[in-house]
Amino acid sequence: MKIAIIDYGAGNTQSVKYALKRLGCNGVLTSEKEVISSADKIIFPGVGHASSAMNKLKSKGLDLLIPELKQPVLGICLGMQLMCSFSDEGKTDCLKIFDCNVKRFNNSLKVPQIGWNTVFDLRANLFHSIIENEYMYLVHSYYVPIIIDTIAKSNYGINYSSAIKKNNFTGVQFHPEKSGSKGEVILKNFINN
Amino acid sequence: MLAKRIIPCLDIKDSRTVKGVNFVDLVDAGDPVELARYYSENGADELVFLDITATKEGRRAFAKLADDISRNINIPFTVGGGIKTIEDVDILLKSGADKVSINSYAVKNPNFINELAMNFGSQCVVVAIDAKYVDNDWFVFLVGGRVKTNIKLFEWAKEVEERGAGEILFTSMDHDGTKNGFACHVLEKLSKVVNIPIIASGGAGKIEHFYDVFKSGNIDAALAASVFHFNEIGLNNLKIELKNNNIPIRL
Repeated sequence: MKIAIIDYGAGNTQSVKYALKRLGCNGVLTSEKEVISSADKIIFPGVGHASSAMNKLKSKGLDLLIPELKQPVLGICLGMQLMCSFSDEGKTDCLKIFDCNVKRFNNSLKVPQIGWNTVFDLRANLFHSIIENEYMYLVHSYYVPIIIDTIAKSNYGINYSSAIKKNNFTGVQFHPEKSGSKGEVILKNFINN
Repeated sequence: MLAKRIIPCLDIKDSRTVKGVNFVDLVDAGDPVELARYYSENGADELVFLDITATKEGRRAFAKLADDISRNINIPFTVGGGIKTIEDVDILLKSGADKVSINSYAVKNPNFINELAMNFGSQCVVVAIDAKYVDNDWFVFLVGGRVKTNIKLFEWAKEVEERGAGEILFTSMDHDGTKNGFACHVLEKLSKVVNIPIIASGGAGKIEHFYDVFKSGNIDAALAASVFHFNEIGLNNLKIELKNNNIPIRL
C-alpha cells in the first residue's frame, strides 16, 4: 500500500512518518501532485497558522488538488481545519470540503488547549475498538464546531468536533501519532479500512 | 475533560540522562531513549528533554537524539536548552519534537518569542521561567538559576504570553531539589496572571505534592525528574492515586 504524507512545509510530518513506521507501514513525505494522486491513502498533517499553511498549499498547487482526491484522506489537527470552508485564524479561506467555519476558543479558557482530552459520541470505523471517553492528545487554539459530519466530540468549555468525516475525507483534531497506543489504533483503522 | 499532565523531565548531557540536585552534582540516570520509552509506556503524558551540553558537537548530537526519541515514542515531547536561532528550532521540530522550550535567551532577546510564534505557531513555544523569592518579591533568574535579573516574575510571565508563548514552564529555585513540594502559592498567582497553560516544576518529593499543586491553583501539568528516575514515585501509582482523589487524569 502506498501512503502519501503531504509535506507542504507546515508542521511535524516526521512524527507521522515514524508513527506509520512503528505500525509497519512506509509513508512517503511528498508535495508532488503525481505522488499524492497515485497513493492509496493520504495523510494531510499540519500545525501552525492557517493562513500561512494555506499560502504554502497554494504555492504548490495543492489547494486545488486536495479537494479533488478520491482516495481516503486523513487530515490531522490543522490539516482537518484547513479542509473546512473558512478559518477565523487570519480570516483564511480554506479548502471548502466541509461546510463550516473554524472558530477560536473563548478567551475565558486557557488558549491553546494543550494536553489529553476525552473523545465521545464516536461514530465511524475510524474508532473501531476505541471506547467512549478515551483520551487523545490535542494542541489547538481554534476548533471545528459540531456539524452534520461530526463523528467524534470533545469538550473544552463547549462541545466541539474532535473528528469529522464526509465521503473519502476524514479529519481529526487530535494527534493520533502522539496519542500513545490508542492513537496507533486510530491510524491502523485508517490504514486498514 | 482535559486531563492534568504528568511530565518526567530528562536532563541530557553528552547524550546521557543526568539529574542535578539544585542544578549541580550530576548523577548519571541512564540512556534517554530507553528512559523515554519506559516512561511513555508507563503513563507519562508528555516528556521534556533539557540539553545541558555546552559544546557545538553536543548540540548536533542532541538533534539526532530528538530524532531517535521521535522514532521510539508515541507521546509528545518538548526539547530545550541553548536554543538561540530559528534554525535551532526548525531542526528540532523537523526531528519530531512537538515543542521547544526557551529560557535565558528569551530574557535577553524577548523578540525571539514573537519570532518563534510567528514562524512555528504559539502551540510549540514553551517559555521556561526560573524564579526565586528575594527582597520581598519573585525575580527571574538565568543560567540555570545562577544569575539574578531585575525582572519581576509576574510582569515577565504576562509579557511572554503577549509575545506569543503557548505555555509557561515555571520552576521555583527555592523549591527545586528540596522534595518539599511545589511552590503552590506563587503558581496559583501565576495562573491568575496569564491565560496560557502552566507546567509546575521544582519540589516534587511525594504523591501528595502533585495533589496539592493540582488542587491549589489552576495548574495544567506537573514536571519532575529524579523522583521518577530513581523510582521514588511510580508513575502509575501516582496517576491512580490522583485519579482516586478526583483529579482528572489519563490512565
